[in-house]
Amino acid sequence: MKIANKKVTAERLVKDALAKAKHFEDYHIFTFIDEEGALERAREIDKRIAAGEKVGRLAGVPYALKDNFLSPRGETTASAHILEGFTAPVTATAVKRLEDEGAIMIGRTNLDAFAHGSSTENSYFGPTLNSHDRERVAGGSSGGSAVAVALDIVEFATGTDTGGSIRQPASFNGIYGLKPTYGTVSRYGVVAMASSTDCIGFFTKTPDDMDLLMSVAAGRDPKDMTTLPDYYNEDDSQTDLSSTSLTRSRLYGARSLRTASEPSGTRSRKDCLRIGIIKEFDNESVHPEIRRALKEKCELLKKKGHEIVELEMPALKYGLAAYYILVPAEVASNLSRHDGVRYGFRSEKAVDMDSMYGETRSEGFMPENKRRIMIGNFVLSSGFYDAYFLKAAKARTLIVEEYAKAFEKCDFILTPVSPNPAFKLGEKVNDPVAMYLEDVMSVSLNLAGVPGLAIPAGETPEGISLGLQLVGPRRSDKALLEFAKELE
Amino acid sequence: MDIKREDIKHLAELSEFSLSDAEIDSLQGDLQGIIGYISQLDELDTDNVEPTYQVFEMENVWREDEILPQEADREALLALTKETKDNQIKVPKVL
Repeated sequence: MKIANKKVTAERLVKDALAKAKHFEDYHIFTFIDEEGALERAREIDKRIAAGEKVGRLAGVPYALKDNFLSPRGETTASAHILEGFTAPVTATAVKRLEDEGAIMIGRTNLDAFAHGSSTENSYFGPTLNSHDRERVAGGSSGGSAVAVALDIVEFATGTDTGGSIRQPASFNGIYGLKPTYGTVSRYGVVAMASSTDCIGFFTKTPDDMDLLMSVAAGRDPKDMTTLPDYYNEDDSQTDLSSTSLTRSRLYGARSLRTASEPSGTRSRKDCLRIGIIKEFDNESVHPEIRRALKEKCELLKKKGHEIVELEMPALKYGLAAYYILVPAEVASNLSRHDGVRYGFRSEKAVDMDSMYGETRSEGFMPENKRRIMIGNFVLSSGFYDAYFLKAAKARTLIVEEYAKAFEKCDFILTPVSPNPAFKLGEKVNDPVAMYLEDVMSVSLNLAGVPGLAIPAGETPEGISLGLQLVGPRRSDKALLEFAKELE
Repeated sequence: MDIKREDIKHLAELSEFSLSDAEIDSLQGDLQGIIGYISQLDELDTDNVEPTYQVFEMENVWREDEILPQEADREALLALTKETKDNQIKVPKVL
């Protein structure tokens, strides 16, 4: 990515990004553009560069912020009416780390309200359009962020991934999107969806850019007790071996990959990895173009000396049902805080406490928010708890175990992100189950806490982007990014 | 299982929603579909399987019990609400 220096000023970089944001205004990418603030920060950085002062690793790099990250710059709405008017009094740790290195937020991006959705059509502000085909969805929930990077408005954008919300829009727009290992990047200051699966990650145009962002953002945060020690920036030899389910691939993969860019002829046997293909996700239910892309990448890997192994992971097909029980349960709990009392929108119809809660929440939430909250309260209610919530939590165990077993047989897994490429606007938005089915290949990673990287995989003959995801064991994020270069 | 209008009204109450009749109708159909889908977990054999509620690898993250400086003070937080009185949040009548 372009970093500001004495020749290329931060002001120039920011002005270019702002001009492009304006040019693509009708894609509905941004919920807020901070023209004045971004330029002001750019000029400060330029002054420091001119004075020969040390500037950060992301000096003057314009970026887009998914509108569920708290920062006092602009309202944090999560694309929901109920948060309208909310200017955050705190800054998310991820935002702080990026900006401490000199990154400049030019605007906040559109999402499905509260990140509930797979198309960005559930936004209070209307849908974002796909970067390659304006009649199609951007994917979601981080649709605005994906399109901002795909249209080259910004060098990178932030995202959140609870069940695919980074990887799916990345693949719908032909860019890289990383959902890190659970706990890698602090969730402090990010609007909570489902605390046990929410992950903070990024959209970029290259694996190297992603690596740079991760090295900035990863690490323990005293404000988020579920952050891991900074394994990402540690040398392998210093990694705390006792605290993780360390598999052969993590160490082996990360070490051997350092030489993986050498021509295959000179590659020794230990540099060849085993890549798993999930049998259950390579059948007629998957779009033929996605299957073709998967096959092509497998051929490429074989040519480079890697081995393809077929995996049977029968529990994964229950991942979606388990996800749509566990996540709504956490959503119902997390979203109970939006009540019109302390911040955000309060209904004009509020005459007493009951009507303040009821009317505020009815007017403030989108239909999909209501569905998820009600499903959550259903699966948690007495009489249904054992049959749904507890059952799903047990299914989650089977999924975690299935990934652990898979990574005994292979180093990484290569699989589609979703069964179909970007669908038409309006095609699924009124059919929640049809929309949920688009998440069938992405959600199980979140339930297991393993990292997944969406990688571009060409286009359909009609020019619609295709993507695949590389999945690794926990804490293999860096090796995953390194290996992604093999697939370029 | 069959989701009735009464079930939707009950869930709306648990969720603190004031729903219109039209919304109740459409949510009844939506929730029927979703619950139908998630009920497929019945097929999965989970005998002798322990539940998993979180996938964080560590336990007991300790810290000193001390007050650290906070980013937002009382004034900043109170500024976010609709109405205040005597340094407190004012809400509509409770009873």
